[in-house]
Amino acid sequence: MSEATAIVSLSGVAVRAGSVPILRDIDLAVDAGESVGLFGANGAGKTTLLRLMATLNRPSEGRGTVFGADLAAPDRFEVRRRIGYIGHTPGWYPELTLAENLGFLAEVMGCEPSRVHSSLAEVGLAGAVDRRADRCSHGMQRRAEFAKILMTEPDLLLLDEPHSALDSDAIDLVDDLVRRTIARGGAAVLVSHDRARVAALADRTFVIEGGTLT
Amino acid sequence: MKPGFMTQAFAVARRDLRRERRSGEVVWVTLPFGAVALLLIPIAIGTDTPTLRRVGIGMFWVVVMLFGVLIAVRRTTADSLAQSDMVALTGIDPAGAFVGTATANVLLLLLFEVVLGVLTVVLYDVDLGGWQWFPVILILVAVGLSLLGTIAAGIVATGRGAAALVPLIVAPMSVPLLIAATQAFEGLRLGESILTWVLMLIVIALVLSIAGVLTARPLQETG
Repeated sequence: MSEATAIVSLSGVAVRAGSVPILRDIDLAVDAGESVGLFGANGAGKTTLLRLMATLNRPSEGRGTVFGADLAAPDRFEVRRRIGYIGHTPGWYPELTLAENLGFLAEVMGCEPSRVHSSLAEVGLAGAVDRRADRCSHGMQRRAEFAKILMTEPDLLLLDEPHSALDSDAIDLVDDLVRRTIARGGAAVLVSHDRARVAALADRTFVIEGGTLT
Repeated sequence: MKPGFMTQAFAVARRDLRRERRSGEVVWVTLPFGAVALLLIPIAIGTDTPTLRRVGIGMFWVVVMLFGVLIAVRRTTADSLAQSDMVALTGIDPAGAFVGTATANVLLLLLFEVVLGVLTVVLYDVDLGGWQWFPVILILVAVGLSLLGTIAAGIVATGRGAAALVPLIVAPMSVPLLIAATQAFEGLRLGESILTWVLMLIVIALVLSIAGVLTARPLQETG
């Protein structure tokens, strides 16, 4: 798989926190229309790898690109709107309602405002659009994160433990979202401890151990 | 289509003001503390009216500087990594986010200044000569203090013990603001020209605006 066709391309990438190595010699390419599963023990470097692909971390060594943008160069900022990243913790502003939170994102990203309510409805939160984020359960906040993905329609999904804190309906919804992204030519990278579920969704799976990919 | 700079700045300002309206951090926490500080001073130095009148304006500005920086710093430093990530991944222009946050802070600081200003007039019986200049000076100080606090908050958000640097950055930069504000009011009391001090406040605001816009991206990416 060449860098030209890959949505994500990492070659000999290492990430260090000070002098502590987090990732070592990572080679990975994720092509359009492909989903990849990443497994590993706590502290293995899964989240760091996902944040690297989300352009939120920079490689200490090696070369990486996302949508052709170098992860160490300023052009990586230009591709961020094409990335749908969901981390461990929802980042909603607690004082704002779910609709206001999503409305803010829609405004700064240039999304159609009507997509705010329709996306929340699609993830089963039609009755909670005017509820403050800090008064929503963790599961509802997670659902709202998937509404954000529906609203912004990113070409690359980077999902950290996407099935955690979700009921079975929401889990199906997440799986459907991944499949729809892949079907329209996007890519997905899923980090999870739930091997069986992610293996069923992913075209390829890898294990991270001690900061290296196997 | 990617929204323009001003659209993004406006969205950020509206978000910050909405969050403040719900949390009431400035109105219900910082403002009462500032008012208490202004109340305590007459208790400490006695109720001698000429003395209070002489120190009133100086005390007002000291309280505005000390508590005002907290207003400007508070929000960004309280944001979690998940919130910072969420905003960064919108592809927002960090300079637009800086301008939006600074604008919201200016409005909150103006509210703070006006309420404490009225309290100062009541408690310290200060001279109101040249009052028509008050709005100009209050706005310029609010802009300077907001920019200073927003830059400081950006530095704090980078982590790695950067919070310890904030007093070192804010203290020397707030001194010219304090001097210009107090001297402008003193000039008004004495019926002298305050143009020099107004120009000084404008220059401070311009320098901080440029610094804030230029450092917005590096500060976002260091965090």
